[in-house]
Amino acid sequence: MTYYSMGMQVVRCCSRAGVPGPCTRQWAVQLRSLAATGACRRASSGTCTAALRNVAAAASAAGVATDGASISSSSSSTSTQPAAKVDYEAVIGIETHVQLSTKTKAFCSCASEFGAEPNSNICPVCLGHPGTLPVLNADVVRKGVLAGLALDATICLSSKFDRKQYFYPDLPKGYQISQYDVPLCEGGWVEVVVPDSGAGTSVRRIGITRAHLEEDAGKLVHGGAASLSGSDYSLVDFNRAGVPLLEIVSEPDLRTGAEAAAYGAEMRRIMRFLGVSDGNMAEGSMRCDVNISVRPRGRAAFGTKVEIKNMNSFNAMQRAIEFEIVRQVDALEGGREGEVVQETRLWDEGRQCTYSMRKKEGLADYRYFPEPDLPELTLTEAYVQELRASMPELPRQLRERLLGLGLSQYDVLVLSDDAEVAAYFDAVLAAGAPAKPAANWVMGDVMAHCKEVRLGWEQLAARMAPAALAEMISLIEDGTISGKIGKDVLPALLAGEGGAGGGSVRALVEARGLVQISDPAALAAIVDGVLAANSKQLQAYREGKTKLQGFFVGAVMKESKGRANPKELNRILMQRLAAPPS
Amino acid sequence: MNPPHTLQSYTEMRVLRTTNIRAKPADMRLSLVCGSLHGPLHAARDQVARRGTSATELTTAYLRQLHSAETQLQCFLAVDDEYALRQAALIDSRLAQGEDVGPLAGVPIAVKDNLCTQGLQTTAGSRGLHGFVPTYDATAVARLRAAGAVVLGKTNMDEFGMGSSCENSGYQPTFNPWDTKHVPGGSSGGSAAAVAAKQCIAALGSDTGGSIRQPASFCGVVGVKPTYGRVSRNGLVAYASSLDCVGPIAQSVADAAAVLTVIAGSDLADATCSQKPVEDYTAGLLPLDNLSSKPLAFKRLALIQEACGEGVDAGKSGLRHIVVAGVTAALAGAVRHLQELGAEVEQASDRPATYYVIALSEASSNLSRYDGVRFGQRGAADELKNMYASSRHSGLGSEVQVARRILMGTYALSAGYYDAYYKRAQQVRTLVRREMNMALGRFDALLCPAAPTTAYRVGEKSCDPLSMYKGDLMTVNLNLAGLPAVCLPCGFSGQAAGNALPVGMQLIGRAFGEADLLKLAHIYEQTSGVVTILPSVFIESASAKHD
Repeated sequence: MTYYSMGMQVVRCCSRAGVPGPCTRQWAVQLRSLAATGACRRASSGTCTAALRNVAAAASAAGVATDGASISSSSSSTSTQPAAKVDYEAVIGIETHVQLSTKTKAFCSCASEFGAEPNSNICPVCLGHPGTLPVLNADVVRKGVLAGLALDATICLSSKFDRKQYFYPDLPKGYQISQYDVPLCEGGWVEVVVPDSGAGTSVRRIGITRAHLEEDAGKLVHGGAASLSGSDYSLVDFNRAGVPLLEIVSEPDLRTGAEAAAYGAEMRRIMRFLGVSDGNMAEGSMRCDVNISVRPRGRAAFGTKVEIKNMNSFNAMQRAIEFEIVRQVDALEGGREGEVVQETRLWDEGRQCTYSMRKKEGLADYRYFPEPDLPELTLTEAYVQELRASMPELPRQLRERLLGLGLSQYDVLVLSDDAEVAAYFDAVLAAGAPAKPAANWVMGDVMAHCKEVRLGWEQLAARMAPAALAEMISLIEDGTISGKIGKDVLPALLAGEGGAGGGSVRALVEARGLVQISDPAALAAIVDGVLAANSKQLQAYREGKTKLQGFFVGAVMKESKGRANPKELNRILMQRLAAPPS
Repeated sequence: MNPPHTLQSYTEMRVLRTTNIRAKPADMRLSLVCGSLHGPLHAARDQVARRGTSATELTTAYLRQLHSAETQLQCFLAVDDEYALRQAALIDSRLAQGEDVGPLAGVPIAVKDNLCTQGLQTTAGSRGLHGFVPTYDATAVARLRAAGAVVLGKTNMDEFGMGSSCENSGYQPTFNPWDTKHVPGGSSGGSAAAVAAKQCIAALGSDTGGSIRQPASFCGVVGVKPTYGRVSRNGLVAYASSLDCVGPIAQSVADAAAVLTVIAGSDLADATCSQKPVEDYTAGLLPLDNLSSKPLAFKRLALIQEACGEGVDAGKSGLRHIVVAGVTAALAGAVRHLQELGAEVEQASDRPATYYVIALSEASSNLSRYDGVRFGQRGAADELKNMYASSRHSGLGSEVQVARRILMGTYALSAGYYDAYYKRAQQVRTLVRREMNMALGRFDALLCPAAPTTAYRVGEKSCDPLSMYKGDLMTVNLNLAGLPAVCLPCGFSGQAAGNALPVGMQLIGRAFGEADLLKLAHIYEQTSGVVTILPSVFIESASAKHD
């Protein structure tokens, strides 16, 4: 059904191009044997199981899973005698493709939205029709420069575009417009907070080699099977063709899967904070390719590099790296060096393993040359400065600021993970709430509620104004209500009954008769009443059964319908209990 | 007012100077009588604007001539009579309502087949694009239409512009209207021949390494290769993107200037198109009787010596031996005439080009899109690689030119060869550009033949690609430097009755100096008396139409 409708779209796209020929049918024939030629062949299930077993063995023996800082050979892991272990480390670099969230594509005015009907956002330019020319979208440059500045990279005031040439059905022009030897951004670094094996974290700086602009390709949809192999035919959806990408290349500074996952998460956070990309891995608006090799610790030379693709979450990336480290170490240890070759492997989420997609025979020759259809990209220092001045707060800066408020490392990480959460939290602070209780409320009941009902933080703000939450917190802080009552009132606030704050929450609390009783005289009267009504227990208390204090607190609370100020209540109660009755 | 002897003195000069120039003073008098600029375009549009004739009548007459000459010449790959007449009728109805239809109201124009025309098949002369009907108009075409021009059809060309004779079309050869045993030149041979045979009033061509100028020279018409970036490339099927230019081919300098004025100018769809404002290129062109006796006084021109076989070191560039005597003689005559008009003519030097490395590298990339996936012809195959191979083999390079050039370009860009070829070629290109600009700092224009020979015989060079490449050496450096040039008839070669063939002179100007260049060419054209009247049957039908 889906394939059928896509097939219709391809035909439509062809008819727009004025092609009389039956595109779809021939197309169907031609890709079938692409699969058959073994261009994409999965590893046998046997290989996969063996490797998985090794993961388990190595993980248990060497503690690979989380910190993975040290990986010892798995072959010796089952042995009881401590043979001379070679200590391996992994060397990992990541190429991140970030789709820039511009309204239109990089070189034409088609919409670049995700999820549109196949081949509905296309034009002669992004289909590579004869005679068409690319014209650079200024917003692509703006977002690219913002990202470069956020990565502390040098913005090249004069960069250029090049053609990367290869044939593939999803590449309309037979070349991709990219930046080869003079990228937009050079050098840079990103700060990564990595959870370590304990409860703590460590902070690392990962170098950024470069970041350059390029265009995305279209998408192949394989018919008759879930993937290319076994499919009867393939269709092309060109909606994605020409969508702008920023390719960010890291230095080979990463050592573990956890670091890589933290790097990816921080990269996404930065792009989201900047508003240059939504960083949605599931929709492909952020894609990470991992380059990984292992070497005996202390050796300077790199081992043979393997590329891993097809991970659609950071968690998957971490697991793929951990799998691959074990696979490579195991091969080297077992004297099977030939199993580690320069190749591209794909992560199979279902089977939790990587498998070989294609072997690289030497370097692919992309015959790069300068794109003659686009003039050099020249920026002025003033333009860059203007963008620098317009930069929003970055995750790293936010973390520093929140730490400065006295919040714990854990609180800071939770609050700074998402720009919307941080913005909400900041709004609560701005409305006068103290940091720690504000953090507790935002990270606690409020976040739980958002997750439970799948509510975005901007939508949340529309229902429960940050100032309303701030007012409630201040009511707790000044003793007007107790924390417990706060929790009881929260659902009303989340339902939008708390108004805009600045008095509206107090009014709500008063209207519901939930204001805490803190007046000593009033409390004393209740306490006296309770003690009088429970003389037997009072006597028992005075005879040494001090555990009965809880009984009296409960009774007073019940009597006050939960409104008694607990602190004041305790003070008065203890006073009364200690003093002999007058 | 100018002294009444002006015309007389030019006539004398003409008689003095040469015997192989065909003068037809009557024509000149006609343009003087009209008081407007010389050329059928100006005559036609004035008539249409004055309602002396209708766009429909004009279009009908040209379509009749087009079809009558077509059997012998094969200039067109697609003609849509009905569509052309509909356009003409629309213009007539707008004129009837008193609307300003534009500077080319009712002018029938042909378009080279590598310029996209919405709704009209565009193949760039390639079988691979058979059946491709663009969804949009090239910017130059859209501007012509907006100016009131009527597009008659698409003209033949060497496949993707690769060739210099129109014999490398994937569909048919075109023949030279001066002598149908000869080629019209290329790659814009269809456009040049159609203009010469009066199948249209003017035509659009494109010039990557001489593809407007050489066929204009072979067919005795005026061709203008504008400065790179003067006319938008949007909608031009790319051959070599950094060299490609769209330009007019017409029967007079003034006509070409009128078309250029319409098509030139910045375009948001082409990032390499210049933002410089466009002048009215006809504004500076004076009718003959308004010219002084020495209209080129204080003009400094330079003859590129290597291109004329006159330089001492000419052998170095390998050009000397390929320029034929008839061309040299015609050019020498032109130089003398320019001197008589007051210009100083010196000699300058040029260097051999690295044109082909750049052109073919870019071409190999530009032609990658013809993969059979999205448009054009798809070869039958059961597997992806075979589908590519089959589509590209049967679609491109049904003429070996294309396949050969793709291979050479691919090679030049390959790892390990890039520095030696492409990069080095770009360095030499920078030198060529610098030297030509330096020369143009000293001179108002450079001149040389547009081709080393006159139109050669069909089949004469098709098996000898190297000699065809050599033929391009007169024109390619200009494309590397991005400079403008006008090619206009300066005489004839071969005096035996009936087989004289036109010789074209190339005037090279400063970047964006089209206005000055056209002024110079116009003065030469108006005073030289070189009148190109076709010797064959085409005269009769053409003049019949004009009456």
